[in-house]
Amino acid sequence: MQDFIDNLIRSWGHDPAAWPWTQFLYLAFMGAAAFIVVNFAAISAGIFSWAERRVAARMQSRVGPNRVGPFGFLQWVADAVKLLLKEDLVPAEADAVLFRAAPYFMMVGFACVFVCLPFSHKLIVADLNIGIFYILAVTALIVVGIIMSGWSSNSKWSLFGAIRSAAQIISYEIPAGMALMIPVLLAGTLSTQGIIRAQGGWPWQWFIFDNPAAFAAFFIYFISALAEGNRTPFDLPEAESELVSGYNTEYSGMRFSYFFLVEWGNMWVMSAIATTMFLGGWQLPGLSPARFDALTGGVAVIAEIASLALFAFKTLFFVFVVMWLRWTLPRIRVDQMMNMCWKYLVPASFAGALFVAAWMLLVHEAPWLGQAMRFALTAIAAVTVAAFALRTLKNLRDTGDKFDFTSNW
Amino acid sequence: MTFEEIHQRLAAKFGDRIGPLAPANKDAFAPVQTPAIVEICEFLKTDPELAFDCLINLSSVDWPKKNQIEVVYHFWSYQKQHSFIVKCLLDRAKPELPSVTSVWNAANWLEREQFDLMGVVFTDHPDLRRIMLPDDWVGNPLRKDYAEQPEWHNITTTRESPLDGFVRLDELVKKKASEKKEVLQ
Amino acid sequence: MSKPLEIPTMDMTHKEVMRRIEYTGDMLLNMGPQHPSTHGVINFLVQTDGEVMKRAIPEVGYLHRSIEKIGERCTYNGFMPYTDRVDYIAAMFANQGWAMAVERLGGFQVPKYAEYCRVIACELNRIASHLISVGTMAMDVGAVTPFPYALREREFINDLLEELCGARLTYNYLRIGGVAFDLPTGYEDKVAHFLDHFEKILDEFNRLITYNEIFIKRLANLAPIPAEMAIDYCLVGPNLRASGLSFDVRKQLPYSVYPELHFEVPVGKGEVGAKGDAWDRFWCRVEEMRQCCRILRQCLAQIPKDKEIMGKVPRKIKVPEGVEAYSRIESARGDMQYYVVGGAGENAHRVKIRTGSFTAMGIIDELSRGLMIADLVALIASLDVVAPEIDR
Repeated sequence: MQDFIDNLIRSWGHDPAAWPWTQFLYLAFMGAAAFIVVNFAAISAGIFSWAERRVAARMQSRVGPNRVGPFGFLQWVADAVKLLLKEDLVPAEADAVLFRAAPYFMMVGFACVFVCLPFSHKLIVADLNIGIFYILAVTALIVVGIIMSGWSSNSKWSLFGAIRSAAQIISYEIPAGMALMIPVLLAGTLSTQGIIRAQGGWPWQWFIFDNPAAFAAFFIYFISALAEGNRTPFDLPEAESELVSGYNTEYSGMRFSYFFLVEWGNMWVMSAIATTMFLGGWQLPGLSPARFDALTGGVAVIAEIASLALFAFKTLFFVFVVMWLRWTLPRIRVDQMMNMCWKYLVPASFAGALFVAAWMLLVHEAPWLGQAMRFALTAIAAVTVAAFALRTLKNLRDTGDKFDFTSNW
Repeated sequence: MTFEEIHQRLAAKFGDRIGPLAPANKDAFAPVQTPAIVEICEFLKTDPELAFDCLINLSSVDWPKKNQIEVVYHFWSYQKQHSFIVKCLLDRAKPELPSVTSVWNAANWLEREQFDLMGVVFTDHPDLRRIMLPDDWVGNPLRKDYAEQPEWHNITTTRESPLDGFVRLDELVKKKASEKKEVLQ
Repeated sequence: MSKPLEIPTMDMTHKEVMRRIEYTGDMLLNMGPQHPSTHGVINFLVQTDGEVMKRAIPEVGYLHRSIEKIGERCTYNGFMPYTDRVDYIAAMFANQGWAMAVERLGGFQVPKYAEYCRVIACELNRIASHLISVGTMAMDVGAVTPFPYALREREFINDLLEELCGARLTYNYLRIGGVAFDLPTGYEDKVAHFLDHFEKILDEFNRLITYNEIFIKRLANLAPIPAEMAIDYCLVGPNLRASGLSFDVRKQLPYSVYPELHFEVPVGKGEVGAKGDAWDRFWCRVEEMRQCCRILRQCLAQIPKDKEIMGKVPRKIKVPEGVEAYSRIESARGDMQYYVVGGAGENAHRVKIRTGSFTAMGIIDELSRGLMIADLVALIASLDVVAPEIDR
């Protein structure tokens, strides 16, 4: 963004280094960017809350919210307004300061991530050179918020939820971080835009199909991200059938809505990171980044919008997968959750990182091997998806179910 | 085995401590002497011929006329697929008998229920406290002479009838018609 | 941790247990009475060390309405609607138990047609009850979707039962000596149509949840109950059968028209873990629904055409004082027993209802030791306890 502002100032005929208003312009743009990003996060979280309810309703053969606005789309606005108008209760025995502060910690930790998340070829608040490291670091603030809320509520259920959450998120940060190191190794940079640029538009150019370890790393990351986002099957911190509502049991009104805003907003974050690191991000097929940079005029705008749409499509697909998992799977138990992390995911992610390092040396010597592996993995994935589709069609035929996406809206 | 065979076997073992088989019209039962209940139950359970491995029901009946409380044991054998009923006749003023929890664990809750609702005291029961009602409740509801306490911790146990002051519509119409008549007269 | 933790023993009084729990530094959790997954208003005093429970003590009685006392004050016929409230999820069985006990007491005969009506109503109700059970169990383990599926099917049954007797929850359908209403016109076709639909749904349900990997991981080997222990604690119904004991009152002590019907009794085999674990209890219920479908199809084929719904029963039922009768039926929650002693007037001297949930609650204390909090929820769900049936 700094380059953009500097160019802008130059176009006005000033030298950015000497012009006295440069810093103020920076500040103004930062403020505007923060406003846009926080609003994007909040609105997307709100829309996801509606989408999740509609998706859940579909999966459970219900109707879901369909009264407010077309298809009930404005339901999230109504809910948000309702939550803002509700009384903000603080339990008498709670630690009021921590209790009040906890949602902000979560909100800050969540909103800061968006600074480094790319949206399209040019659209990113700040392309930090330590991008992915920064993202991993700031998400840790969410844990602080959860522990604060659980502890300060002075409720045993909240405390259980908070402790579970702390154990879970801290444990799963390790495999998630190690799995994300594999694209970093392959790209040779920590910058999110740099990692996308190192990939390509076609599926066999994505990092997920680069080698078997990267393929596994994608799933390790996805599972860990589910755990970090407290999504089923890892929704132990807010397991309503066990812990009533977990760490947010005692919250009400606006503060309660923050917790849910973060939860739904996190779906975008985890999916966007997966898209960035493994699935080629905004890369358009057949348009290399260098040629993309060189585009000018109307074509550039169209390409920019196309890249934005592609990135959003990939991300929203994974948001849907996350919802799909949530409404399909049961919850695992706390010891099974820990077992899975420490016994399987952590060793696998470390082994994967070592494998990728060795693989890169190997491919450096024999580039044809890398190409062959890319195509082979892509083919395997394509066959798996096709088999899944066929199986679904067979089930539909066997049970006599009908596709009916037109009614019940 | 039939009731009679089981009873004969018990009578052979326990003699006069077990009463004659009393046909109560539908299900026959055998009254037993109260102190012997645990011994008899143990025999019923361990005897290979009888093998009553399950206490399926334990209830008690209050008889103010006879000044008795009957504790009724229903036994069932999953191995032999036969059943038997034993009754202990207790004094109404001091209904006490030994617990059979040591024989069947199921007796634990069933006896607690009878203690709570009927006031039968099962001596050497491991955890004899009220199960349905609050610990400080007064009285045993299933006794025939039970009178509910009017309030418990300032919570009243009765309420006004919602029908107080309620007038049936047809009666109201009749009343009004008769009033009209009176006025006319 | 200042001193070693002591597990409170059964010989301690309630207050001592409480004091000891606080003293040793264990956490005392009150799970309930408003907890979402205690299946009604039940309280569990849970003594935990972190996630691992030392002990869970069930505290029941929140729903105690003294139905047994009400039974002593109502006429025999007048008590019928109250029996619905004993177990509102499977009210038809409580009706049937009471009707059978009084019929035994007075020596009344029930026409065969009415018996078939009863069996059809009861088996439909059994499916509905098991659907609630398996649905809520899946939800307690964290899978929300099977629950609406189960409830959707239950709605069809509710519609059928509503058509039969006008009520969706507390049916009051049976009468002493028969049933209240004849089957409506075309009822057989509707039930058959439902069964055709439902049997497919059962397979779908199995695919969705029963053989789900996480679901099996959660429930396999969870709180297995050996057959001896189940008998000792007087577990009944699917809970007992899951332990490997093939005992069904409908088979072993046949009543009504069950001797004329062919069906199997599903028994827990320990397919995925130890025999008698929580998964077996779940599976037994799913399989029982299949058998219910079988029974219903036979009933629809065999039902007589005479349409005689009431036997000869006097308007005022009177039995000699002190006469007692005992009835056992296989309710959705297992062996349900009514012990009735005839009174001097038109009402009973004593009614005792022994329900499956009550004895099932007694075993939780023993089973809960060393489980995790999440397991307790699954354990309660797997025993399929219903709060009003415990407390009556």
